[in-house]
Parts: sequence; structure tokens; C-alpha cells
Amino acid sequence: MPSTRSTRRRCSPRKSKPLPATRSRATPELLLDSVTGVDLALPVAGAGARCYAFVIDWLIRAILFAAWYGVAALIYNGRWSLAAPLNPDPRWFVFVVAPAAGTYFLYHIVLELALHGRTPGKRVAGIHIVARDGSSPKVGALLTRNVFRLVDSLPLFYGVGLVATLVTKDHIRIGDMAAGTLLAYERADVALPNAAGAEIASDLLSRWSALTLDTRRQLAVEILSRYGYGGTATTESIESTATDAALRAQLEQLTRGPAG
Amino acid sequence: MTRAQTPTRPPADSRDQALRAALLQRTGQWQSAAARSERLSRERASNLADAAQMADDYRLLAHDLARARRLMPDSRVRQYLESAYLRAHATLYREANRPVEALLSLFRDEIPAVVRWLRPHIIWATAIFVLTVGAGYWMVHTYPDLISLFASPDLIATVQRGQLWTEGILNIVPSSVLSLQILTNNIVVSLFAYCAGFVFGLGTLYILGLNGLMLGAVFAFTGQHGLDGALFRFIVPHGCVELSVMCLSGAAGAAVGEALIRPAQGDRMKSFQVAALRSGKLLIACALLLVGSGIIEGYLSPRADIAPWLRLAVGIGYWLAMIAFLRPFASGVTPRTASTASSRVTPAAPQ
Repeated sequence: MPSTRSTRRRCSPRKSKPLPATRSRATPELLLDSVTGVDLALPVAGAGARCYAFVIDWLIRAILFAAWYGVAALIYNGRWSLAAPLNPDPRWFVFVVAPAAGTYFLYHIVLELALHGRTPGKRVAGIHIVARDGSSPKVGALLTRNVFRLVDSLPLFYGVGLVATLVTKDHIRIGDMAAGTLLAYERADVALPNAAGAEIASDLLSRWSALTLDTRRQLAVEILSRYGYGGTATTESIESTATDAALRAQLEQLTRGPAG
Repeated sequence: MTRAQTPTRPPADSRDQALRAALLQRTGQWQSAAARSERLSRERASNLADAAQMADDYRLLAHDLARARRLMPDSRVRQYLESAYLRAHATLYREANRPVEALLSLFRDEIPAVVRWLRPHIIWATAIFVLTVGAGYWMVHTYPDLISLFASPDLIATVQRGQLWTEGILNIVPSSVLSLQILTNNIVVSLFAYCAGFVFGLGTLYILGLNGLMLGAVFAFTGQHGLDGALFRFIVPHGCVELSVMCLSGAAGAAVGEALIRPAQGDRMKSFQVAALRSGKLLIACALLLVGSGIIEGYLSPRADIAPWLRLAVGIGYWLAMIAFLRPFASGVTPRTASTASSRVTPAAPQ
């Protein structure tokens, strides 16, 4: 029968294990206790990744703003001029100003809602917004963290948000504090190792000491030439270079899969 | 008597080899679990069995990840399982995607509940606003020169000529543009009053106080030139709701500030988060109400041909509609007493 339990969350600044990307070893992690008893660790993005994502997003929305305004203003004016009309005209606001301003100011809210806490800039930086239980943030949380940009952007260039990101343990700005969110690195997609090769290698290793030197060498070379070294090595090249101990080490490596 | 035979255990190395081999035979199940969680992260389960299988997948991945962490800690298998397990976790704990029900619940239940929860804050915010209106009125009534602190030179000059700055405004700016400008500005001010609560409520207090002082000061100033009646007639259609919304967003900001000053949840950060998320729902209602008052202010308020009784009727009618929408006096469980813990049905731990 399913049981109910609220998950306990904690964010620990402990050093992370080696990660596949080029992140610092000092990357803090959000540790989530799962109901299964198997912990999860989310590497938390710091000020650098945040700034990187923000700059890319800012460039995109600035380009979108300028593109819409430029094209719409040219169409509205009917000549090579981007100037606003002297007398305010509803069509000018509805077709030129409002969509351009909307694109610029609603960019984060709309994209984060549509892409479940991601924007193009965050994708490039390899980060995304997560709730503190590791799930995708809810609509209310995304709206709240975006409304608090009003505070984070003060006094200039997101000064408050940047300072908050630098001084807080989880590298979060005020909006994240209010919404209960943070930015975590995306986990890179990892390909599974060749299961068949690993299985055969494991079988050979279990009988390693029972086999004669020549037999196990012959079998190891055969397996490694087929499944090891990324499939690039030939039987002859392995046989000529590898010692018995080296062959065994290679087989053990094959059972574990290549290290990340 | 014979000694009991102790079962012979294989050496640890061989046992681990065997366990690794057994683990690697499950790669097909991992891949299908990863594919299912990837699919269900984008769409809803096609049937109950599909959803239940997701929970089983989660247990499977957790179980195998625990083994992989012990048996092959530096392997790509462990990394793959970490990634698949995390994705399954996010999928399983994803919020149900029911936008229509969520919107209905928001407007029917949640916003009125937030208003009831914020009743003390609304009373205090309104009291502060009214007091500052009185203070502004008294200041300019007693020391007329102080109007330069609250109003622009153009506005002062216009009133001194015996005119309201709102007269003939529609000849300069079309109603649609005026509405858009006003409602955008009002929504930003409202949101700022809420966010400024982060400074322990002082920012909210400042915005409420400043707006109250300005309103009182301008009324006193127009009264000195015999234009206070005209100003009242201009303000009344949209102002009833607009000023009420100012107090509501101030109350939301005050709740955020109070959560930081005296945390109710034990932890200051958690308390701030709960207050911000809860009171933030009211801001959605505030924004919608300000759209309505912006339209009224752009289309109706500046028109000289609208009778005073009609202006009053519109103002009071819209305000009553706001009360009906927010239902502050309805009985119900307030969020303060409602359970805030999100209990979820979770799969049983692996055997």
C-alpha cells in the first residue's frame, strides 16, 4: 500500500564528486532525500552560470525587441523612419510598442512557463530552474520569482540579485528565495556502456584464475578487440602490447563501463 | 556429534563480479524506464497502468542506482542511472497539468482564502494609507508651499490656472493609449508594493505612505483652488477599486515583511517563501482589477459629459464587484490554519 510522506530537503555545501562537465569541484549540491532511501544530488549553478545565461537571454530579447520595433515601425511609417508619431496613435501602441515591449519584459515569464524552467540562455549555460524538492517549479513559483526581478534588478544591472547570488549558500537571488527555487546544472545525457561486452568480460573474470594463461589471454584479447577500446583496436595490436595484468585491468574496466 | 557445516561463501570479489553481471542484465529495463519518464515529463500517462509503471520504474532505478554506487562507483553505468533516476524523480513529483481546474481553484477558493488570511494586514495597510492621506491633506492645507514636494510644476501651474490636468486629456491622448499607460503603471506600482515587503515591510510602508501623502496633498491643493469636487468626480469611477487594490497589494507586501520580522514557520527563509507564494496569489487578482480600473480611467473618468451619479454608480458598482470577487467576508478555512504540507502518494521503498 502506498505510504504518504513529505520529503525532507537540505542543501549542503559539500564538495561534489567529479562531474562530467567542466564545473568546479567546489560546486555545491542540493541533496534530496528520496522516499526510496536513495539520495539525489543536484549540482547548484553559481553566479557565473547565472550571468552567462542572463547575458545570452538579454541579447536574444534585445534582438527580438529591436527587430519587432524596427520592422513594425517601418511598416507603420511607410518610409525609412523609426520615429514615433507626433500625436499618440492607438495603432502605433498596439502594433509597434506593445508587442516589442511585451517581448522584452515578458520573455522570462513566458519562456520559463512554456519550457518548464528553461530559457534559451539557460539551455546554453546548461542550467535550469528546479524546485527545492527536485521537481519542475510550479506556475506560482515561476511567476513569483519573476515578479521579484523588480527588487533583484535594483539599483542597476541586477545589483541586488547579483550580491544575493554571491553571498547565499545556494547561490540564489531574492526571487528564488521567495519562490523556493534554485538553478541547477542539467545532467549531461550519458550513454550506457555495452552491456553484452561487460557481461562477457565479467564472466571471464569470474573464471580468470581457473583458466590457463594462454586460454584466458586468448579470450581476453578476443573480447577486448570486439567490445573494448571503442572498437578501434585490432587483435594483433592488443596481443602484442598487453600483459596478463593489463588485460585483466582492461576487462575490469569493461565491466564497469568507461569512466565519465 | 558432528560439527555444523558453515556454508561456504564465495570471495567478495567474485560475489561483486556476479552482482555486477546481474546488474548489467537490467540495462534494457533502465532504458525503457528512462524513455517512459522522458515521455511522461512532456505528456500525461495514457492509462493508470502506465502511471503505475512509472512508480515501479522509479523504485527500480533507485534500487539499481544504490547497487551501482557500491559496485561500480566510477562507472558510466552509475552516471547513467543517476541521470535516469533524477529524471524519474522530477517526472514523478511534477505538478499535475490541469490548467482549467487550477484557474478555477485559484479564483474560486485560493484568492478568497488569501484575502481572509490577509484581513489584519489589509486593515493595517488601509489604516496607514488613510492616515497618510490625512497627513498629506493637513500638510498642504496648513503649508500650501509643500505641494511642490508632491506634485510636478506643470500640474501646479495647471491647477493655479483653475483647471484640472485631466481636462481635455482625451484631446491629446486617445483613451486606449491612456488606459494602457495607466494600467501598466498601476500594475507595476502594485507589484512593487508587494516586492518591497522584502525590506522587512519598510518598502511597502514607503510606497503606501508616499501614495497616500500625494493623494491627500493634491486634494488639499485642488481644494484651495475650488477644484476638489471636480477631482473627486474624476477619481470616483476608477479610484474606489484602484485605491483598494493599492491597500491590497500593500497588505501582501506587509505579510511578506512580517514573515521576515517574525517568522511563523520557524525558519525565516521558509516563512518568507510561504508568505511570498501565498500572498502573491492576490497580486493576480490585483492585476486583473487594475486592468478594469485602467479602462475606466481611460474611457470614462476624463469625459466631461458623464453625470456625477453615473460616475458614482460605476465606482461603487465596480467596488462591489471587487468585493464579490474577493469574498473577504466569506467563511472558510484560511491558509494559516490549512495544512501546508504537501503530502504525496509515493511508491513503497524497494524490498
